[in-house]
Amino acid sequence: MTSTGPSDKDTLLAGHKQLAEFSYEKRPVIKGYNNRTLYVNVGSCRIVEKPVSEDMKAKFTGGKGFGLKLLWDAVTPQTQWNDPENEINIAMGPICGNTNYPGSGKSLVVSISPMTGIPIDSNVGGYFGPYLKFAGFDAIEVQGKAERDVMVFIDGDKGHVSIFEAPNEEVDSHVLAEQIMDMFARDEKDRKNVCSVTAGKGSEHAYLGCLNFSFYDERRKVARLKQAGRGGLGTILRDKKIKALVVRYSSLNAMSNNPADLATLQEAGLRLHREIITLDDQQCRMREIGTAHLTEIMDQYDLLPTHNFKFGSHPDSAGLNSHAFSAMVTHGLPDGCWYGCTMACAKAADGVELKSGPYKGHKVTIDGPEYETVAGCGSNIGVFNAATVMEINFYCDTYGLDTISFGTLTAFVMECWEKGILNAERTGGLELTWGNETAVLEMLHRIARGEGFGLVAGLGIRRMKKHFAEEFGADPKLLQDIGCECKGLEYSQYVSKESLAQQGGYSMALKGPQHDEAWLIFMDMVNNHIPTFEDKAEALYYFPLFRTWFGLQGLCKLPWNDVEPANNAETDEPAKVPEHVQNYVDIYNAVTGNNIDKAEIIKQSERVYNFQKVFCIRMGKGHRLGDWPPYRMMGPVTVEEYESRAERYDTQLKDLVGFDPTGKGTFEKLQALRVYRENRYDMLLDAVYKRKGWTKEGVPTVETLHGLGIDYPEVLEVVRPLLP
Amino acid sequence: MASLKRLGFDDSKCNGCGECMTACSLAFFKVDDRTRSAIQVDKTEGGWHINVCDQRCRLCVDECAAKALTMSRLGVVTLDKRLCVGCLACVAVCPINAMRFVPGLLTPFKCNVCGACVKKCPTGAIGIVAEEM
Repeated sequence: MTSTGPSDKDTLLAGHKQLAEFSYEKRPVIKGYNNRTLYVNVGSCRIVEKPVSEDMKAKFTGGKGFGLKLLWDAVTPQTQWNDPENEINIAMGPICGNTNYPGSGKSLVVSISPMTGIPIDSNVGGYFGPYLKFAGFDAIEVQGKAERDVMVFIDGDKGHVSIFEAPNEEVDSHVLAEQIMDMFARDEKDRKNVCSVTAGKGSEHAYLGCLNFSFYDERRKVARLKQAGRGGLGTILRDKKIKALVVRYSSLNAMSNNPADLATLQEAGLRLHREIITLDDQQCRMREIGTAHLTEIMDQYDLLPTHNFKFGSHPDSAGLNSHAFSAMVTHGLPDGCWYGCTMACAKAADGVELKSGPYKGHKVTIDGPEYETVAGCGSNIGVFNAATVMEINFYCDTYGLDTISFGTLTAFVMECWEKGILNAERTGGLELTWGNETAVLEMLHRIARGEGFGLVAGLGIRRMKKHFAEEFGADPKLLQDIGCECKGLEYSQYVSKESLAQQGGYSMALKGPQHDEAWLIFMDMVNNHIPTFEDKAEALYYFPLFRTWFGLQGLCKLPWNDVEPANNAETDEPAKVPEHVQNYVDIYNAVTGNNIDKAEIIKQSERVYNFQKVFCIRMGKGHRLGDWPPYRMMGPVTVEEYESRAERYDTQLKDLVGFDPTGKGTFEKLQALRVYRENRYDMLLDAVYKRKGWTKEGVPTVETLHGLGIDYPEVLEVVRPLLP
Repeated sequence: MASLKRLGFDDSKCNGCGECMTACSLAFFKVDDRTRSAIQVDKTEGGWHINVCDQRCRLCVDECAAKALTMSRLGVVTLDKRLCVGCLACVAVCPINAMRFVPGLLTPFKCNVCGACVKKCPTGAIGIVAEEM
């Protein structure tokens, strides 16, 4: 499959030059924890293990909590993303790696993001996290910068860690992940025991680099890739000159995570397996097509981002609906990204012949696409051809580029083209009109080659806004309105204009506007279950905390509410899926031997959530202004948008704003609506901050931090100067 | 043409004595514990129903991510315990509960057509059937 460079295993191995090694005592996991983490510095070539204290477990739980705590201790307020002290931390959490409960194989990656300058966290599947845990560690911290390309290899079978120069391997992930299996697996049967974290050539030239976590698909006989997509993690990996982190572990069984109570864990898992197998085809069809089932639903509710979030639906969207992709993926395979996930949403198309780029003519397996990719690299850029979305998806993955940021920034440059800010001269001949598939793919390849306008696009929206204003004289206010980023991170793919709660869910998300912190559109806009500011604030308190918990445990969010018990609608709080919440209480207790209840789930999250908030403040960000969305995510920016939904907006002006639209010009109406919506958002911020125990500036109070038990001196030192 | 080996049964001959379950659990687990039997005898309105893997549907084979469930050369769906990671997806997907599981055990179990039950059945309600598919 390799198109360039040497692929022969012996040649690759011959190029390896060992720089450091470290042997450790192999010990069994105890109730979900190893009670130690691994520290690797690829600059100084130092490798050590660090103990995990009882306080660290009590306050930070695991997963993202551990990653953030280790990162806090490693950096200073002045640390930039590309400073050697910045770390890539991968941590799993106590529940991670069990093979019984669907969605239990997630790794949480934490680092100072090149896009935002604050901690990013990304939740990713693949076997690396579970294997690293069973190799003996609750987390790996990777610090330093290597002089030449290196790999880090953790051999969990032998209890051995090494850093070595790796000059000859490919960089693009779909090739490199296979090469790594070639080199480190003893034979075909052993390939499933080897997995890697890699990036790609795009990560070397763009800020939106992602990480690929591999797992071997025994049926397709290929290395599959799952992405830690958001926030430029791949960019950091390649800046550190790391080609790959590799782990091997070959003794997986139902007791590898050594739960306190295997029987309870098994029974909870079996209950959910049965629910999924029985109900999924009537509910979300995750087993058939994964999250790509959402496209037509979003289109129907006017939520599918189209032409840079201007609109929420499009007459051609059928070209991207779930059936278009279902016809392309291979069915009937157990497509979990970790063992025991019967939700099996990690779909893939096989034998797809590529039509462009360096791998043109190759027949490849393409993971996905997921909904976010369909919307971002499809409707939002005016592409309504499923095959093209597949090709963009493939190249983004192998180049190590985040499909969400790529989609949203491409939508932005296309609107800039439409508005005359960009032209062929400025893009090096790329005609970036809506739906120009050839131009989009060529821009993607130029990012990977680090060439021409590819370098500009690879800056991401925030830096492009500055560039376009300074270099091309574009109106900064317009760029601010249509550039769909917040905190420096591109928005994920839902139109939030008609849901105030979702505007907050996106823009108050600590790492930047990603839907994994809160997705409240149906509760708010469709079902009107949270009409008041207090209701919205309560939802924006509870759901981000509940969802944070998945990241503390090494869990996937999807089995929580992408399948629901048959009687869920009859429960008191269907949006919370109470039976599944109880499952999480049960499996946490079964793994750890602790005895928590559902309130403690929220407390565990609240400690880490507030710690992360203070971390953002410590890095000079995390202020109220940073929680403001671009107006495109709040309402219609342009006359064209307003007039496309004029009846809706006119009615709102009359009924909600008290402004009679009769006889008024569109521009005047736009302004009236904008004032109303911005005022409401401001009031939402007040309500949510209050509910979270923060000041009006969004700073956690001493009382809040004290109540959570995270009032460490270095934490209080950050907030004190900002408190009234 | 692939061969298939399975247990055949005739519910009308079954007297519900459960000797098959005892024999199975002794063969598999060396204990007399009918919950640990791959063959189950269920009471019905009119008598008894023998429930055991028919070796045909193979939903469990398709569902097994670890490829621990395969068709043996004899045509029996067989679990390789060394490959099984204990996820129990096979138990969930089995439409007749013939993939068996006891909480606390690391792996599930199923009928491998060993014939232990056939020998103990006093009424001849069970037999081994070999056929071509």
